Amino acid sequence: MTALLEIEGLCKAYPGVVANDDIFFSIAPGEIHALLGENGAGKSTLVKMIYGLVKPDRGTMRLRGAAYAPGAPRAARAAGVAMVFQHFSLFEALSVAENIALGMEDPPKSRDLAQRITTVSQTYGLPLDPHRLVGDLSAGERQRVEIIRCLLQDPKLLIMDEPTSVLTPQEVEILFHTLRKLAAEGTAILYISHKLEEIRTLCDAATILRLGRKVGACTPREVTAAHMAELMVGKSLSQPARPDHDPGAVLLEVRALSATPANPFGTALRDIAFLVREGEVLGIGGVAGNGQDELLAALSGETRVAPDAIMFKQQGIGALGPNARRALGLLCAPEERLGHAAAPEMSLTENALLTGRLRQGLDRHGFVDWARTRAFANRIISRFDVRTPGPWVAARALSGGNLQKFVIGREILQEPMVLVVNQPTWGVDASAAAAIRQALLDLAQGGAAVIVISQDLDELLEISDRFCALSEGRLSAPRPARGLSMEEIGLMLGGAHDMHEAVA
Amino acid sequence: MIVLEKRPQPAQAWVIGGPVLAVLLTMIAGGAMFAALGKDPVEAIRIIFWDPLFSEQFAGYSRPQLLVKAGPLILIAIGLSLGFRAGIWNIGAEGQYIVGALCGAAFGLAFWPSTHPLIFPGMLVAGLTGGVLWAMIPALLRVYARTNEILVSLLLVYVAEAMLASAATGWLRNPEGSGFPGSRNLARHAGTDNPELIAGTGMHLGVVAAFVAVIAAHVIMTRHILGYQIRLAGQAPRAAGFGGVNAGRLVILCMGVSGALAGAAGLFEVAGPAGRISIDFNVGYGFTAIIVAFLGRLNPIGILLAGLLMALTFIGGELAQLMLGIPAPAIQAFQGMLLFFLLALDVMANYRIRRKRGALA
Amino acid sequence: MIVDPVTLIVALITVATPILLAAIGELVVEKAGVLNLGVEGMMIMGAVCGFVVAHHSGSAFLGFVAGMGGGIALAFLFAILTQILLANQVASGLALTLFGLGLAALIGVGYGGLALPAVFRPFPDALHDIPVAGPILFSHSVLVYVALILVAAVWYGLTRTRIGLVLRAVGENHDAAHALGYKVVRIRIAAILFGGACAGLGGAFLSVVRVQNWLEAMTAGAGWIALALVVFASWKPWRVLLGAWLFGGIAALQLRLQAAEVGVPVALLDASPYLITIIVLVIISSDRSRAALNAPAMLGRIFHASG
Repeated sequence: MTALLEIEGLCKAYPGVVANDDIFFSIAPGEIHALLGENGAGKSTLVKMIYGLVKPDRGTMRLRGAAYAPGAPRAARAAGVAMVFQHFSLFEALSVAENIALGMEDPPKSRDLAQRITTVSQTYGLPLDPHRLVGDLSAGERQRVEIIRCLLQDPKLLIMDEPTSVLTPQEVEILFHTLRKLAAEGTAILYISHKLEEIRTLCDAATILRLGRKVGACTPREVTAAHMAELMVGKSLSQPARPDHDPGAVLLEVRALSATPANPFGTALRDIAFLVREGEVLGIGGVAGNGQDELLAALSGETRVAPDAIMFKQQGIGALGPNARRALGLLCAPEERLGHAAAPEMSLTENALLTGRLRQGLDRHGFVDWARTRAFANRIISRFDVRTPGPWVAARALSGGNLQKFVIGREILQEPMVLVVNQPTWGVDASAAAAIRQALLDLAQGGAAVIVISQDLDELLEISDRFCALSEGRLSAPRPARGLSMEEIGLMLGGAHDMHEAVA
Repeated sequence: MIVLEKRPQPAQAWVIGGPVLAVLLTMIAGGAMFAALGKDPVEAIRIIFWDPLFSEQFAGYSRPQLLVKAGPLILIAIGLSLGFRAGIWNIGAEGQYIVGALCGAAFGLAFWPSTHPLIFPGMLVAGLTGGVLWAMIPALLRVYARTNEILVSLLLVYVAEAMLASAATGWLRNPEGSGFPGSRNLARHAGTDNPELIAGTGMHLGVVAAFVAVIAAHVIMTRHILGYQIRLAGQAPRAAGFGGVNAGRLVILCMGVSGALAGAAGLFEVAGPAGRISIDFNVGYGFTAIIVAFLGRLNPIGILLAGLLMALTFIGGELAQLMLGIPAPAIQAFQGMLLFFLLALDVMANYRIRRKRGALA
Repeated sequence: MIVDPVTLIVALITVATPILLAAIGELVVEKAGVLNLGVEGMMIMGAVCGFVVAHHSGSAFLGFVAGMGGGIALAFLFAILTQILLANQVASGLALTLFGLGLAALIGVGYGGLALPAVFRPFPDALHDIPVAGPILFSHSVLVYVALILVAAVWYGLTRTRIGLVLRAVGENHDAAHALGYKVVRIRIAAILFGGACAGLGGAFLSVVRVQNWLEAMTAGAGWIALALVVFASWKPWRVLLGAWLFGGIAALQLRLQAAEVGVPVALLDASPYLITIIVLVIISSDRSRAALNAPAMLGRIFHASG
């Protein structure tokens, strides 16, 4: 069997980092090949080179035996290489058909295109209405737009970058079914992930990257997940410690919380209810775009709601602003680090002031005590191992993991009674993620209530006492996390959605 | 291929050096423009930038004019800079300036010919209030009707000009002026005048107010939580909301302050250097102040220097008109050029130019 | 009757045309995600260049071409500043207006009151004499019809062609468009230059056709009203036409009322086009769902390709 794509000695360096160093592997037609590695291992750079977005410094690629060096994505697509990105390149205010037309070299007339979209989506079991606005679609449906866009080009190699991170377990099944069908038809698939079980169920071969180098290759079905994990991480990570405890008094109670979204493509919150107690971690799972941002905004005070919809120690705080809630002890860490949780252009000192002013007493009569603020920033940096030359550095100069440690650390050091975090480990390297999870558990251990909103189900099951799921702006009833099966979670994630469909 | 690469930190050397280089480039490009008009470029540049301060013949008249012209520019630009930093674009300061002058003058003329010591303070309050009220229209419309404040504040300039015309020819016209448009002269009447405080310096109360505004703005921007919130709202609006900054209140505050300062500048002008309400007493300070604010990098100390520089080009421009016959609009084009070069050089503070082989832009 | 409806409609169309031209150009610019506040400056440059060239060449057509050239020249400056040097679009647009007003005044020194060539009218005189419909439909200069065709062309281009789709995509999400391999900066520069040509043409119409004279600052805020029209129209070409006629109607009406010396203060009549523009803006903007849906999401944002 001849290889479809052969890669030899690919190197790519950026100022300060070697993203890829002497990478080699090959993919045969119809093979599902996993590219496995942590965040920052160099997977993205590698596939960007294959897709023509980045030019390698050294090394060669061969496609069906011929030299292959795409100068732009256009050239890659012409050669039969298609890619579904982790962050979708979609246009919310345009329709599905318009979005797909934009990704094609010479699209057919709009009526014909709509027809072809419908045909392909039925063939591969990916239902999609070509006339809907993308802004109104769920994350899973948006991914289908991307996939169908690729399939219409009849690709020989399909690259998928972390495709399941935005899907419910049921949607993952549908996707795998589609991918297997494609592979059976002879399409090669390069599948990027760090989820080991997925790779073991789906992939025929795997190439493992660490810190920009290929550290191993294996046939995933024949090795254990632990073996692959060891290759990927290079050391064994400590699992967060989680001693047993008795639930304490109720700190925060949300009841019948509804809110309309601020932007036209946002999700409305419907009738949300839950409570958290002292020392407890409540995990809220769900696929992105199901109301997570809106829920955090309602809890942080950026969106005001009815006073009694949110009760903090029996006091209605729904109408209070962010600072009034901070004063009481309800702190938050939003998902978007740059631009929401922190101001990108401001120094870490200035970002420490962003939420720390009241509880740390960083101002006197409105005049900022910069020395105290700097000291607070330094304390966050040292306590949470934030790698930075100093507190004068702009937030955007930090890596994702370091900035996240700073943001979470800033809130934890203020000794919250209730802490709400949204996607605490999204885009964070494994060791930083482990440190953040441990810090959250320690906080709960000290008597605070912690609400973790996350897409990462493994993470939630690891640290939560109770688990619930957010879907289409509705929250399922919380259940004890211990002993929940993936099937049950899948039903919770999709359940509210189905109910909604049935009612509507 | 040459590409721009974002710097991890803004380069301090360019933050300060950029404006200086922009002034030099403007001199070169402006010189070329003067040469195209058939004038000696070197002499023109010398007359604009050197003679007003150091020529024995003109400096006696020009030097006091420097403060007279810089005062309102600085006062207005300081107010604008607060809003610009917060992403609130009040570009109708000219209108607030006119309305402030109208309200202040109307107050003084209402008690004519009283010379009571409270008349001038009353005029000042009226001027401030007029400016604030005029600025509140775009501010409230932005907060409560989400209407673009750039367009509303600018369109209101034309409305203010219409009011000015009707005041100068109608309701504020000098009853003893034998039918000519224009109000009574406020500057030549004790009680309504804003006199020169130290003879021969051009220093009047408006200039003092401008200096006070510079210091106050400097303290607010560097030490006070309000300055922090203004910067935060401008750089990262979502983070500002998360940090508890009330966006609507900030709009009203920034627009109010800039309106108040523009209104005060109008009053100081009409009761001092301009002397009276006339159909064209406003000479575009409200627009030039926008250039001053950017040229000063929205920084109070920078604005102080930029205001003085811009005043110099006004005085030097008049001198060049007199000496070389360079048309007045050439100076306006010259000032516009300065702003272009400044904006163009801004890129150097935030980006680094790199050569890249075979880059995919 | 103080005001004759037929002459009012004829005047309305004439008054509306410069704003219509400038606004339809700005609509394309904004659809590409760029906010160019320099419309006033580009218009006045178009007005002076158009006037000067039309006077010297004796050809109104060359005047229009020169007007477009003047607008494009300023737009080119704006394109370099905002697309290549990544300068703030609000500040650059304001600089364009201030610079344009100064430069135009400088170019126009001494040109006030000079003679102009006649402008081509496409329809024969016989058609003008048809009662009511004649003056309203057939009496205008060629540029009035060009403006109408331009509105139709922009509508067709934006909604029915691939170029239009790509342009909207760039204005909606420049990072995604870049990821798909579209040249964001080039597309935006092209849009900015198109906007400059339209604004310049509008300015030339103002000086060569409507006023038939050169006056300093003769645009008197027309560029700003064009900007407001784009918002008013929720970025839809046909609504720009509607808004331009609405505004033209008010401006033409207030001039006639002033001439008729009705009992309304002149200052109020002078200010009425601006006041009514503000009021309409407020009404449109407060309808949050519509305004938010149609505005290009990237409007005014700086695009910098990284990685």
